[in-house]
Amino acid sequence: MALELRNQAVNVNEIVSNHGTERHHLMNIVRDAQDAFGCVSGDTAKAIADAMGIHMVEVEGVVSYYHFLTRKPSGKVTIYLSKGAAPSINGVRELTSVLEEVTGSKFRKSGADDAVGLEWTSCIGMSDQEPAALVDGVVITNIDADKAGSLVAHLVNGGDPKEFSTETGDGKNSSDRIHAMVNNNIRKKGEIIFGDRIVGDAIRKLVAMEPSAVLDEVKNSNLRGRGGAGFPCGLKWDFCLKNEAANRYIVCNADEGEPGTFKDRVLLTEQPELVFEGMAVAGYVLNAEEGIMYLRAEYEYLYEYLLNVLNKMREANLLGCNIAGMDGFNFDIKIQLGAGAYVCGEETALLESTEGKRGEPRDRPPFPVSNGYMGEPTAINNVETLSAAARIIEKGADWFKSFGTEKSAGTKVLSVSGDVERPGVYEVPFGITLAELLREAGGENAKAMTVGGPSGKIVSSADFGRRIAFEDMATGGSMVVFGPDSDILQIANDYMEFFIEESCGRCTPCRVGTTLLTRHLEKIRAGRGTKSDINYMINLGKVITGMSRCGLGLTASNPVLSTIENFSELYDGLLTGEEFVPIHDMDLAVRIGREIANFN
Amino acid sequence: MKEEITITIDGVEIKTKTGEFILRAALNAGIYIPHLCFHPDLPPHGSCRVCTVKVNGRHMASCTTPAEDGMVITSDDAELLDLRKAVIEMLFVEGNHFCMFCEMSGKCELQAVAYRLGILVPRYPNLFPQREVDASHPDVMLDHNRCILCGRCVRASDEKDGKHVFELMERGAKTRLGVDAENNLGETNLSIDDKALDVCPVGALLIKDTAYRIPIGERQYDKTPVGSQHKGNK
Ligand SMILES: Cc1cc2nc3c(=O)[nH]c(=O)nc-3n(C[C@H](O)[C@H](O)[C@H](O)COP(=O)(O)O)c2cc1C
Ligand code: SF4
Ligand code: SF4
Repeated sequence: MALELRNQAVNVNEIVSNHGTERHHLMNIVRDAQDAFGCVSGDTAKAIADAMGIHMVEVEGVVSYYHFLTRKPSGKVTIYLSKGAAPSINGVRELTSVLEEVTGSKFRKSGADDAVGLEWTSCIGMSDQEPAALVDGVVITNIDADKAGSLVAHLVNGGDPKEFSTETGDGKNSSDRIHAMVNNNIRKKGEIIFGDRIVGDAIRKLVAMEPSAVLDEVKNSNLRGRGGAGFPCGLKWDFCLKNEAANRYIVCNADEGEPGTFKDRVLLTEQPELVFEGMAVAGYVLNAEEGIMYLRAEYEYLYEYLLNVLNKMREANLLGCNIAGMDGFNFDIKIQLGAGAYVCGEETALLESTEGKRGEPRDRPPFPVSNGYMGEPTAINNVETLSAAARIIEKGADWFKSFGTEKSAGTKVLSVSGDVERPGVYEVPFGITLAELLREAGGENAKAMTVGGPSGKIVSSADFGRRIAFEDMATGGSMVVFGPDSDILQIANDYMEFFIEESCGRCTPCRVGTTLLTRHLEKIRAGRGTKSDINYMINLGKVITGMSRCGLGLTASNPVLSTIENFSELYDGLLTGEEFVPIHDMDLAVRIGREIANFN
Repeated sequence: MKEEITITIDGVEIKTKTGEFILRAALNAGIYIPHLCFHPDLPPHGSCRVCTVKVNGRHMASCTTPAEDGMVITSDDAELLDLRKAVIEMLFVEGNHFCMFCEMSGKCELQAVAYRLGILVPRYPNLFPQREVDASHPDVMLDHNRCILCGRCVRASDEKDGKHVFELMERGAKTRLGVDAENNLGETNLSIDDKALDVCPVGALLIKDTAYRIPIGERQYDKTPVGSQHKGNK
């Protein structure tokens, strides 16, 4: 035991010295520790804390926050199975029992003794090829009973998850550095994001322009953020520029955590140079020398590949010093991996996480444009926004505005999954109706769809004439389609569970309210709801929406509120005629009590 | 230099400095805005949301929102009162608060704010979580049943005591207070005169062997409601 501990201490010191003892390295350190030891135990946390000169509880606070960091191992190797709406439609429920049978382990109850542990995880960005899972960072897609069986057999025999399959997906997924069975499923290429281009074009164009002219071009293009909130990109950069500082940072938000979205994954696979060039464009405008891409842990399988792309771009003088021959244009990019937390896609939580802390959103104001990474002015943009910015520099604002609608310039890359014949990525001009999209994707008989993931809205076919545009239905692009047999309230319930788990837990309304709301939805689904429960849920939703600290809480009631609005008949059909039914089910409690007491 | 500025709270003009948090400015000017996670000696935390006000119509936590010249703030209106009550009721049902046999009854800020706002019974069902009592420390008891996760002890231990005995752990509905040790409070260097113990608003951190020295009925909030040193507001 003592020897083991000492060895561990040595290793921990090595890990810490690989990164450095400043606090902002903690995220990378605990990630490495998790990889090395299969968990970050109390002893490891203590050793890390000692080596960094911080407190053990700070390390444990971080470790306990992120889903893929664990204090105990949950198996010699662990299968993280993706859950959510798309997995359910594609049969994950049946797969659950298959996996439990072949592994002999149980979900949520796996431990060190299990040869193959089983854990759930929120959407891993593979909704177009579910059921899917992560094993040591390796993505396994389209899992059926056979594949589950052979995967488990492979792992039980000590096989490396990387070597489980020789099958690779389309496009660059088959390249040496990715070598994943993931498919891009690009169903529709638009001109802007997936249009043909030559790597470096944006940067070469850039250096022939004054930074202020570049900013004007982006402003004139009316490019709005593609991450969900739709803030004008040029205006954000302008705010950032107006904050005097020695240092500014460019951050690319590649956290893509909204269940049902996967378009950034495809962009990062097929067009990484475009994304990085977009960061360089921002760097040029803002006179920033450092860019950080925050990449969700689920996309770790792209990490080596992206590092290599960065290297190639450095070699081609598209990054680094005196870029494209321009004296004094210095800009480089590093990649920060996450560790499993949806809320880290929220821009200020992302910054906290990048600084090695629990990814809790910050209070705003101040906004990142004045106090961002390390307190310096920071421009944070989505992967797709930055890609579009690079194309705007290449082809001009007028060209960009020739796509889309008057108020929503350009195209939007949508992630379409669920009950459709052709799940995948569609780049469409803004203004397309939901019905048109459904026709393209082969989902005409849908009865409902989610626009914008759990934080968006669940709409019925009555709304299929609505348009995807900032002036109608703004969305980050998660479109999950539900066929005629879907249980819409089950989906709303699953979405609520997602928020209960993914709330950062800092503020009262979101931490407590999501549980309370879910309890009432469950009560209604159990056939014990009354008319007053509907009003109760609407009022509770108002408290959560009106009092929460960040965008997660602001939208966390949407699964319930949007279904009350759009599917009132489903609720009405479940209500009992009674005035009032208490939430505590006394009959059930007595039955359970009798069973426990063997009193039958 | 911080400039002197004027802001308006519920129609009353008050003077403060740029960047001062609205809640501090209000309290300094004798206006009470209900609050829980805020403590005057500590940096703000913005977590309980009880101090939410409307700034130019938008809901903002007054403890973390810096004042700007000319800001028009609403604190005392029926909608905010109901939302604040709702949030406090959430804190009651989230934990296990049995006021009638809690040593803090009468000097508990959660209870006092609830009384002041006129809460009789929470509108939400109790969640009855299973939580632990950590009595391992020779002088201090940590009862997680009553912890409202306000983070006051975390900030005080870090900033005032230079120790960092506490930290919030886990996330979401599972969030709980963690201590700087493998197992429990007894293994930490927390000491009886730490500021962290003073600032707990509820009966979660209690000093042993001091219970019931002041009889119920004669405690801090038994005679004068919380905030009564400030003018007016609910
Ligand atoms: C809970 C939550 C999760 C978010 N997740 C993401 C995300 O995964 N990717 C993203 O680009 N933006 C996400 N956002 C939005 C970001 O906070 C931010 O608005 C965005 O990155 C800004 O970039 P844009 O203006 O280019 O869209 C999220 C917001 C919230 C509240
Ligand atoms: S709204 Fe939810 S996620 Fe956002 S700060 Fe509050 S608890 Fe955290
Ligand atoms: S122990 Fe007290 S001070 Fe600390 S978080 Fe809990 S309620 Fe707040």
